Amino acid sequence: MKPYRYQRARDIPGAISALAEEPNATFLAGGTNLVDLLKLGVMEPEVLVDVRRLTSDSVEELPDGGVRIGAAVTNSNLAADRTIRSRYPVLSEALLSGASGQLRNLATTGGNLLQHTRCVYWQDTTTPCNKREPGSGCSALEGHNKNHAILGASEHCVATHPSDMAVAMTALDAFVVVQGRNGEHRIPIEELHRLPGDEPWRDTTLEHGELITAVDLPLLDLAANSKYRKVRERASYAFALVSVAAALDVGEDGTVRDVRLALGGVAHKPWRATKAEEALRGEPINKANLRAAADIELEDAELLRDNAFKVPLARNVIVRTLLDLAEGR
Amino acid sequence: MSITTTGRAIGRAVDRIEGPQKVTGTARYAYEHETEYPLYLYPVQSEIARGRVARIDARSAEALPGVVIVITHENAPQLADTHDKELAVLQSDEVAFRGQYVGAVVAESFEVARHAARLVSVVYDEESHDVGLRADRVDLYAPDQLNAGFETDTAEGDVDGALSSAAVTLDETYTTPMEHNNPMEPHTTVAVWDEGDLTLYDSTQGVHTVRRTVARIFGLERDRVRVVAPHVGGGFGSKGLPHANTILTTLAAQMIEGRPIKFALTRQQMFSGVGYRTPTIQRIRLGADEEGRLTAISHDVIELSAKIKEFAEQTASATRTMYATENRRTTHRLAALDLPVPSWMRAPGEAPGMYALEVAMDEMAERCDLDPIEFRTRNEPEVDAETGLPYSSRNLIACLREGAERFGWEGRDPTPRARRDGRWLIGTGVAAAMYPVYRMPGTRARVRSLGEGRYAVEIGAVDIGTGTWTALTQIAADALGVGIGAIELRIGDTNLPSASVAGGSSGITVWGSTIFEAARLFRERHGEDPSEGDTVEAGTPDNPETENYSMSAFGAYFAEARVDEDTGEVRVPRMTGVFAVGQVINAQTARSQFIGGMTMGLGMALHEESLVDERFGHVVNHDFAEYHIPTNADVGEIDVAWIDEEDPHVNPMGSKGIGEIGIVGSPAAVANAVYHATGVRVRDLPITPDKLLR
Repeated sequence: MKPYRYQRARDIPGAISALAEEPNATFLAGGTNLVDLLKLGVMEPEVLVDVRRLTSDSVEELPDGGVRIGAAVTNSNLAADRTIRSRYPVLSEALLSGASGQLRNLATTGGNLLQHTRCVYWQDTTTPCNKREPGSGCSALEGHNKNHAILGASEHCVATHPSDMAVAMTALDAFVVVQGRNGEHRIPIEELHRLPGDEPWRDTTLEHGELITAVDLPLLDLAANSKYRKVRERASYAFALVSVAAALDVGEDGTVRDVRLALGGVAHKPWRATKAEEALRGEPINKANLRAAADIELEDAELLRDNAFKVPLARNVIVRTLLDLAEGR
Repeated sequence: MSITTTGRAIGRAVDRIEGPQKVTGTARYAYEHETEYPLYLYPVQSEIARGRVARIDARSAEALPGVVIVITHENAPQLADTHDKELAVLQSDEVAFRGQYVGAVVAESFEVARHAARLVSVVYDEESHDVGLRADRVDLYAPDQLNAGFETDTAEGDVDGALSSAAVTLDETYTTPMEHNNPMEPHTTVAVWDEGDLTLYDSTQGVHTVRRTVARIFGLERDRVRVVAPHVGGGFGSKGLPHANTILTTLAAQMIEGRPIKFALTRQQMFSGVGYRTPTIQRIRLGADEEGRLTAISHDVIELSAKIKEFAEQTASATRTMYATENRRTTHRLAALDLPVPSWMRAPGEAPGMYALEVAMDEMAERCDLDPIEFRTRNEPEVDAETGLPYSSRNLIACLREGAERFGWEGRDPTPRARRDGRWLIGTGVAAAMYPVYRMPGTRARVRSLGEGRYAVEIGAVDIGTGTWTALTQIAADALGVGIGAIELRIGDTNLPSASVAGGSSGITVWGSTIFEAARLFRERHGEDPSEGDTVEAGTPDNPETENYSMSAFGAYFAEARVDEDTGEVRVPRMTGVFAVGQVINAQTARSQFIGGMTMGLGMALHEESLVDERFGHVVNHDFAEYHIPTNADVGEIDVAWIDEEDPHVNPMGSKGIGEIGIVGSPAAVANAVYHATGVRVRDLPITPDKLLR
């Protein structure tokens, strides 16, 4: 591990300017992802600016009926929050399906969003990786890629984003509150993470020095009927093969009034399944329609050597999760 | 030697005597021994799988404050014995596998050593490498013999004739992946070289094995080498033989005399150079008559070895004795590859081989339209087919019956996919297993009177977390006819009489027999009221009964699998294991051993798989996020029992080994339950969701 300087900023502007002064600096919050990467030599920053105590660590009600989650709220506390559990159960379930109790006690909301994509080759500095060394090639493309992306990938990178929390927030139309040198702005969570394209080293759209200070969840009545389903190779402590975050409102006539659907484990970012949502709105809720909607979302899937199973898996989990929600399970 | 003793201590569920030390953190593991002014070693590992080191530039590493030395093949001292290429560390520029040590940094702190190791620039002359195990390789070869001295091939009767005339046949291929042992405590050595005397605090399954090897390789008198290992955090075979890490640390200590050197592997480093289980490709052919009696068994194994050192796993060895048949053939063929050297991993041979055989038996039972327990019962042998000897005790059928009752097997509908609970498909499976009673040479034990009715019992055995401290104390107490409080057991140090490795489930048989012999001689010479200081040392007595009987432990395994039909997720809410292992020494630690073995088998069935990227030649999923072992949430109810088995022939305790039998049948039981649940027969482990989604 390369030695680095550790700084604790006094306030948010201080943290932002500390990063502005040093191009190879990065923020440190819970450290559950970053510290691993430092040890592996995958990341070698000159400076770590500790922001853990700078942002709010509480969940507050917003005047418009939504909630604001401080960036320093731990994954454990967010999962246990009463408001979240009653109004956005999908988020609580997603958080509890991730990592371990110890990690959730340390990991923060802001840090969880900024987890790096996962790929065994990216984490192994002895193999080529376009994300680590632009232009060196993607080892996963022709390698072990069972966990890799089926949607939105590029020839430069097929890694997947590992966050469960972010998948739930994507289904909930969350906004990410970002502070930079030119003040604060809110961006839809869908615009936070990005697809690899030909710049796979960029996981997010944030500019260097921009700090996530909070996440806003808008008022969303159907979120009370929501759930998170994560499929993994063991019962606990594993990244998703595929996960589904869903919220559903079915009218008395049995048709879909509204639906939110996002997938994890399938792409370089949490995947909002807008095509499937559109296909479902106004349609009767039944297995055939759900299957058809899932197929529409997955029709652009591009498969690698080991990950073809993710297509039927994602389809089955979409169908099952929405059926469960429709049946009140 | 038929003096089975049913003493007061043996058989009891005695709490671990070192338990308080372990839970209070005062039990010292290798890295934790206090040494003065230690230095820290971090290795430089090759980034090619085959070739030569052309150039090493260590200048920027050496310039780093705190770096004491960078060791490479250019400045490393010559070892006295370099015949064992796995252990000929830094003796040439040759690279034989990816991850091989091509250098090491020694520094004042671990952090500096690790940082400096990354700054060492190594330029290679790379040659093309070959790491792919495939059945159609033309260079597969038959080794001279297999691990533990087993024959490479066996043949009796007319297998082909019997297969072609059989009423029911099976011809299937089963594969198991490369797996890594991954004990909780990584391999660790602390080497202290002091005026020609070497002390090693090593995480090992055998202190005397390490001493013998290190003395030979460094050209030292054995009595100048002391190896200490009072507590070891698991080994599963990977610490049974010394690996390159111990040699590298010792070599560094030799170069920097006066400063202890510490080297603990990272988890990633555990995936190269400390052994692993070979992947296997196993073709099994069975023939049976109309009554479901096996008329032919053929088991052909393809597995790998390393080019630099042969390791030939005895994968089909259990097939030679497990079931009765007149026509039987087993073969083993190896591919020698540019990979690290495979080695022992809990039940080497038996675990992967019995998985294949017991899934084949399940498939064959179905084809014969017989309950799998009934099918096995019909094929129970009278004698050991390999030697013609009767068994000292063989209670497999009793285990199957007892297990069937505990598990609730009776009335099982054999139809696959017949039971469900909502989206969960439910199935049950059974498998059988055996594990031989091994005896190893080279153990001695000493009994000394401490006065006032107390005794020191000294033997250089190692407790790798299995409960040896407690079990040997119980044995010593009964052997001397005293309470366990009167015994002061001393183990884990080469200053004590030599002991064989904690491996092959042989420890209690060998060490216990030797303690019994030392105690017997002690009482013979010094009576019931000895003087303080009276001492007797004895070696392991011969057991002439091994000429008359075949000796093995047996087990029956039952599992319930629930498979989500939408996702292919497999959960195993309950397992039952019933064992015939002779006298159990400690009911509590034995139960833990069985549960641990069955859990490891569950992981073998569903999770464990080291993925070698053939382009690079190394295991790419080399951490616990990517290499899955069961978590607590994956392990349901594990019901463990053993039958009362009196074996007067095996040893004075009447005990068989228990360290390995727990894993042997467990993977097949799970695999058979998954088939029963789903109707999908997955013949390549691990059974992951992608293989079940259709």
